[in-house]
Amino acid sequence: MDIISLTLTELREALRRGETTSVAATQAMLDRIVALDNSLLSYLTITEEMALEQATAADQRRAAGEDTPLLGVPIALKDIICLSGAPTTAGSKILEGFNPPYNAFVVDRLLEAGAVILGKTNTDEFAMGSSTENSAYVTTRNPWDIERVPGGSSGGSAAAVAAGLAYGALGTDTGGSVRQPASFCGVVGIRPTYGRVSRWGVVAFASSLDQVGSFGRTAADVAAQLSVIAGHDPRDSTSLNIPVPDYEAALTGDIRGLRIGVPREYFVEGIEPDVEAAVRVAIDDLAALGAEIVEISLPHTQYGLPVYYLIASAEASANLARYDGTRFGPRAKGADMIDTVRQTRALFGPEVKRRIMLGAYALSAGYYDEYYGRALKVRTLIKEDFRRVFESVDVIAAPTSPATAFRVGERIDDPLNMYLADIFTLPLNLSASCGLSVPCGLDRQGLPIGLQLIGDTLQEARILNVAHTYEQARPRDRRLPAVPAGATG
Amino acid sequence: MLDRYEPVIGLEIHAELLTHSKMFCGCRVVDSVEAAPNTAVCPVCLGMPGMLPVINRRAVEFAMRVALALNCEIQNHNIFARKNYFYPDLPKGYQISQYELPIGRHGWLDIALSDGTTKRIGIRRVHMEEDTGKLTHRDEGSLVDYNRSGVPLLEIVTEPDIRSGEEARAYATRIRQTLRYLGVNSGDMEKGVLRIEPNISIRPRGSEAFGTRIELKNLNSFRALADGTDFELDRQAAVLDGGGKVIQETRGWHDTRRETFSQRAKEEAEDYRYFAEPDLPPLFIDPAWIQTMRATLPELPQAKEARYRIDFGLSPVEATALADDRAVAEWFDAAIGAGGKPKSLANWILNDLFRLLNERGLTISDVPLAPAALVELQSLVDRGTINLTTAREVLAEMLESGRDPTTIIEAGGLGQISDEAALIAIVDQVITDNPGPLTNYLGGKESLLGWFVGQVMRATRGQANPALVNEIARRRLEEKRDTAGS
Repeated sequence: MDIISLTLTELREALRRGETTSVAATQAMLDRIVALDNSLLSYLTITEEMALEQATAADQRRAAGEDTPLLGVPIALKDIICLSGAPTTAGSKILEGFNPPYNAFVVDRLLEAGAVILGKTNTDEFAMGSSTENSAYVTTRNPWDIERVPGGSSGGSAAAVAAGLAYGALGTDTGGSVRQPASFCGVVGIRPTYGRVSRWGVVAFASSLDQVGSFGRTAADVAAQLSVIAGHDPRDSTSLNIPVPDYEAALTGDIRGLRIGVPREYFVEGIEPDVEAAVRVAIDDLAALGAEIVEISLPHTQYGLPVYYLIASAEASANLARYDGTRFGPRAKGADMIDTVRQTRALFGPEVKRRIMLGAYALSAGYYDEYYGRALKVRTLIKEDFRRVFESVDVIAAPTSPATAFRVGERIDDPLNMYLADIFTLPLNLSASCGLSVPCGLDRQGLPIGLQLIGDTLQEARILNVAHTYEQARPRDRRLPAVPAGATG
Repeated sequence: MLDRYEPVIGLEIHAELLTHSKMFCGCRVVDSVEAAPNTAVCPVCLGMPGMLPVINRRAVEFAMRVALALNCEIQNHNIFARKNYFYPDLPKGYQISQYELPIGRHGWLDIALSDGTTKRIGIRRVHMEEDTGKLTHRDEGSLVDYNRSGVPLLEIVTEPDIRSGEEARAYATRIRQTLRYLGVNSGDMEKGVLRIEPNISIRPRGSEAFGTRIELKNLNSFRALADGTDFELDRQAAVLDGGGKVIQETRGWHDTRRETFSQRAKEEAEDYRYFAEPDLPPLFIDPAWIQTMRATLPELPQAKEARYRIDFGLSPVEATALADDRAVAEWFDAAIGAGGKPKSLANWILNDLFRLLNERGLTISDVPLAPAALVELQSLVDRGTINLTTAREVLAEMLESGRDPTTIIEAGGLGQISDEAALIAIVDQVITDNPGPLTNYLGGKESLLGWFVGQVMRATRGQANPALVNEIARRRLEEKRDTAGS
């Protein structure tokens, strides 16, 4: 048995049957991280000692007859999710060396479920980016071509799962930061409905848009993790107090009679032909599986990008005001109190500064109505688009990103072009919907393409079942991408 | 200046709420003067990454009670907002406050003025927010204490209806009293749990447009509020009279120099970039909840004062004095309920009881004196069991021991002597012992009757029934005259 090639759910079965141990699986991951992550750069912190302790404990619990949903399964966390006992940087120099004295809600849930935490994965600074190039530490590489980006901002988690450096991983999706890297790296990634997963202990970027999601090699892997992290948390007032279904049990493999809407606004000029072709083939496959395909319209799609950047940046401008070096994180040496704060804030990277400025401007007196206020109104229209469409369809199918993974450095000096990578993912964050990306083939350069499946509020089980059914019908090559060993500059 | 200019004053009052825990986290609310720095803090009120606020239900209820007491309309749909500004005592870099939809609006409060009239002051808004930490600047650097960070804070803003320092003081006093009645604030201005900031401007008489206003800070007493406001009105009049312009600024009150000074120029309104707090969904207050809160409101000071005047016939001074403090007023109400007579009780409380309490530096809540015990004392005097002098001594002992007056009187043998035969014997003894005064009395100096009565009272340690002694002494003295004359 090649332990590396197992999916999360397969590993779980192997552990249950006693065919392997958590320590073996964890050690295999740690060894592989040592072998390959110098070229991939997906992890910022490897919690080796913690992981082996947790794995040992998991094996002991297993030997004692216990079983929990993720007992002994090694998982990675995006480095924006607080884990007590390890640094959390959010990809920023302003949090360098910050060790949170608390676990995020999702971390507590993972630990209760018996998961093993392998480490913290790279992210664009404060999750602001689509490539991990905005990380203050490293740029993660795409396992399918290390000259290319893994997508972002949860690029570290996506790359780690794709390369077999973790069986699953958590990320956050504010404007597409789970789905877009999942698409670029050829894995499955879900962005649950806002409020489905608690944000407690997740470093905030844009509070009304942030949501934790999971990555896996299959829809079932994603479902297994989501079942654990979803649920009500009284410490997050926006967390929904609604029972969580068993997402794995919902994977029936039957989508007959499901109405799937295809939004015409998602097949526009600028989309790469290979992407469009692959997505259309996948939609045909869904039809062949018994789904009814309906053309639909989400007329305010084109406003998603500006609305998103105004709202997300406005919220970020307030959320990032706390990084002043007074209570935690590094503190610069200034002439006086105010100068100390000013110099500490110089630790923010350029993209973060750009968005703070943009957001503060959009909220400022005299501009609020024109920018932030207007954006809120258009957000309502976008939300209404989805609400109306979901009166007549069950699921929306579309491309996740208009393009496949681009080259490192290619868009770094062109923020607008960079932002376009998220054009098909951000409208969902502005609405009350959920979505995932599932691989649907490779382009002519051998780079993964993602099919985005969008569900109505709290319809995670339904979109996971569509993805699962599609996976069963069109099994992917199980081989992991060949990542060259050796250091990446 | 009042003949030429009209003062226009609005008050902003910040009141910390006496909840057990903070506005958005579970930290205790501690005395920010007494508690060791940074001992009542957690990752939420320190604004650490990934931490989220949860609304304190009790704070909302306190806010609602205050808004109702101030005759406000309660907002059903409450929105919290982020007020963005930077200072190291504000951990998140924004304060969670209410902006567009505060919990209370369109209220009013009546104040009594010294000329006996009443004036209605409009309340523009009552809103909930969180307090900041406290900075201390030292030579070696700045220290910050976050114990106060996140303590529930209520902001109460008036319409610009106030016209003088006296009115400002009367309003603020009434607000403080109301907050104390509601049990939501200690009213301790020295500790900063109640902070009063007037906005002061003047305009030429007859003008509709507002003048440039200044905001006055560091007022730590009602006297400072009244004096600071009046000083500012005069200063602004002098500036205008001299052809100058009032500058929009924040001014401080110097308590020893008794004058205001410029603290910070406000060229234009600060831009707080308010927006709805995305971490908190709208807070819906349903009518049933409002009704429940309304039902918990105590009788408020104005209502008590009116009842004492109208139902009990007390003077305005007595009514105000009794209603001033809720504990005293409720004690008084309990005594009335125990059958006490209002006018006489008011005298006992305002004169004798308050004097005894003041001498001891205590309040009514500190002593084991039951309202019914004072009523009993009152009736013992009325029935003639003891006289007033004895009653005052008994009251002092009741305050110390909590024992009822009858017990004290019996144990001390303090009962009033009304036994006629016994008193006749004592009177006769006094007359026999004092032949000189008797001679003078009989010689026409009848005013010496009082002297004989006093001697009897002394001989009985004040326990004799004075009216009876008076009657007996007159009779026996006159009998001597008859004897001498025959």
